[in-house]
Amino acid sequence: MKQMNLLQAVNHALDLAMEREQEVLCFGEDVGHFGGVFRATSGLQDKYGEDRCFNTPLTEQGIIGFANGLAAKGLKPVAEIQFADYIFPAFDQLVNETAKFRYRSGNQFNVGGLVVRAPYGGGIAGGHYHSQSPEAYFVHTPGLRVLVPRGPVQAKGLLLAAIDCPDPVIFFEPKRLYRAAVAEVDEGYYQLPLDKAEVVREGSDITLLGWGAQMEYLQKAAEMAEKEGVSCEVIDLQSLLPWDEDTVVASVLKTGRLLVSHEAPLTCGVGAEIAATVQARCFLYLESPIARVCGPDTPFPLALEKVYMPDQHRIFDAINATVNF
Amino acid sequence: MTNPNNATITLVHRARFVDGHGLTIPTFRLLKDDGHLYADATAPELDKKQALAMYRSMVTTRLLDERMLAAQRQGRISFYLQSLGEEAQAVASAAALAPEDMILAQYREQGALLHRGFTLDQFMNQLFSNEDDLGKGRQMPVHYGCRELNFMTISSPLATQIPQAAGYAYGQRLAGDDAITLCYFGEGAASEGDFHAGVNMAAVLKAPVIFFCRNNGYAISTPASEQFVGDGIASRAVGYGIRTLRVDGADALAVYEATRQARQLMLEDPQPVLIEAMSYRLGAHSSSDDPSGYRSQQEEERWRKRDPIGRYRLWLQHRGWLNEDEDRRQHDALRRQILEALKQAEKKPKPTLESLVEDVYAAVPVHLQRQLERLKKQDGASRKRERS
Repeated sequence: MKQMNLLQAVNHALDLAMEREQEVLCFGEDVGHFGGVFRATSGLQDKYGEDRCFNTPLTEQGIIGFANGLAAKGLKPVAEIQFADYIFPAFDQLVNETAKFRYRSGNQFNVGGLVVRAPYGGGIAGGHYHSQSPEAYFVHTPGLRVLVPRGPVQAKGLLLAAIDCPDPVIFFEPKRLYRAAVAEVDEGYYQLPLDKAEVVREGSDITLLGWGAQMEYLQKAAEMAEKEGVSCEVIDLQSLLPWDEDTVVASVLKTGRLLVSHEAPLTCGVGAEIAATVQARCFLYLESPIARVCGPDTPFPLALEKVYMPDQHRIFDAINATVNF
Repeated sequence: MTNPNNATITLVHRARFVDGHGLTIPTFRLLKDDGHLYADATAPELDKKQALAMYRSMVTTRLLDERMLAAQRQGRISFYLQSLGEEAQAVASAAALAPEDMILAQYREQGALLHRGFTLDQFMNQLFSNEDDLGKGRQMPVHYGCRELNFMTISSPLATQIPQAAGYAYGQRLAGDDAITLCYFGEGAASEGDFHAGVNMAAVLKAPVIFFCRNNGYAISTPASEQFVGDGIASRAVGYGIRTLRVDGADALAVYEATRQARQLMLEDPQPVLIEAMSYRLGAHSSSDDPSGYRSQQEEERWRKRDPIGRYRLWLQHRGWLNEDEDRRQHDALRRQILEALKQAEKKPKPTLESLVEDVYAAVPVHLQRQLERLKKQDGASRKRERS
């Protein structure tokens, strides 16, 4: 076991994956010798050579198109998009190509070896284009897997599982926690299951559901509620597509209440899908409307970032409103 | 000379703009319209068997196109896309490759797949999206693909295959494969961002890929003059710092030789090459298009006289490799085989309901299994309703 922050855990996972398999390649903008603007690929070029860890020209559609080709050849590209905000030029490659590669060819070709890593989320004074949480765009795309880890242990285990997985994966890393989240991490090779939610705190009055950096706020809110005598069950969804309906449904059948929280805007966010599904499967057990605590339907602001963020205070208020409905 | 800008710095003291047409690229051509070689031209090394195989692939492509366009008109298939006038560039370029080389196509290169050994039955199964289609009946007609023949499955979004070809070829170089990648696209697709992205990435990352552009003058109704103002597509390759060659796409021998040499170059020194083949899209863009709305009969007639198959046939005859009677008998036999394959494919059932949810992922996830169960129930109920 070793103390690592989230960034070190990602770097460590990439190192282990490259060591384990020749087929694993890391590339993207500034990923090579420099080791990435967040240093996630630090030291990998020195260790594995310029052929396996390298800079690309500054073109997101090119990076993902190139990665699709490599994966179709049977390699395992781990492509980095510098910020999730800049994944949109590659949207066509991801949605029309990556996601449909296996299906459209009748399983003759696939890009299952592909992993796209991208730092996401706000809270770092990133304004419009260094703060976005674009997961919902991809969760609407059959053929992709979408993962978001909440801390160093999950980041390493899920990333290693993603690289080994026969389906293409988009892996969003909460950059607000890159250095802030520190934990004891197993130094060996391990994987975490790809389509399982994790109950991180057991409770009986309400289910709080989120993923990624939002888990920090949810747990703080759960502690605040505990002091008021409200017992919260906190679940980290981890995999947003496919998502673990059964774990969430089992929890809501027990608590009778659900609050979903994400940083992305409210309208058509992933929370909407979860609320609709839980409503259909738990209708007779729900004691209050499902609450969604999300970013407002605005572009991500700079000066009013704190107001925008669905933090522990907004979640705590929503817990009270739900429990007292 | 290196500098941080990675550009030549030669100082001048008067502003002199380089003309946008300062670079003109000649067209490589071996065969004259009468099927004889130009005086200073050398025919590529092709034996009789190879030369006739190319001819047969071109002819089969044309006959298949004729028959299936008619089948679309009869409402027997939903869509078709012919390659009339462009048979030579697909067949001759594919003929210059090794079977291990990967081909990524746009959609008007059925000749390449045919030349690699895709059978008439396989073509028909895809066109009728029946249960024997390798693609399991999921894509529109003409979106062929074949793992066994190293022909990547075609998709509709234009130019997406260009950066993919760069990645595939990079993988080949890394694996030490004795193979390259060839990527086809039209001059219209070359206006997409993925063209720029893919060619530049291949150049910077030294990927052994032949970018093969079919400049046939039109992207649906848009003439090339509304697509770009530079000297075609070939001139752009110079801007990306890679080798390029413009070739007469209606000259099978020139296309073959251009592709053969490009392949040789990149096996010796892995880096991309761009070939721009000049041709004319003689047919409509697809079965959903009528070109009379945007170009003249006279223009089409002019190009019909420059038929790539006709020119190549004359060359074969001059060499004494093709007998006219035998040629006619082969045409008739091919027409019968095509019709027979069509009838067989038309009779086969559609893929199973279960196949709807397979291959979205490597394994069917729980939520898709549940959706399939619901669909099965609904399907059963609606059949029952229709029967009563």
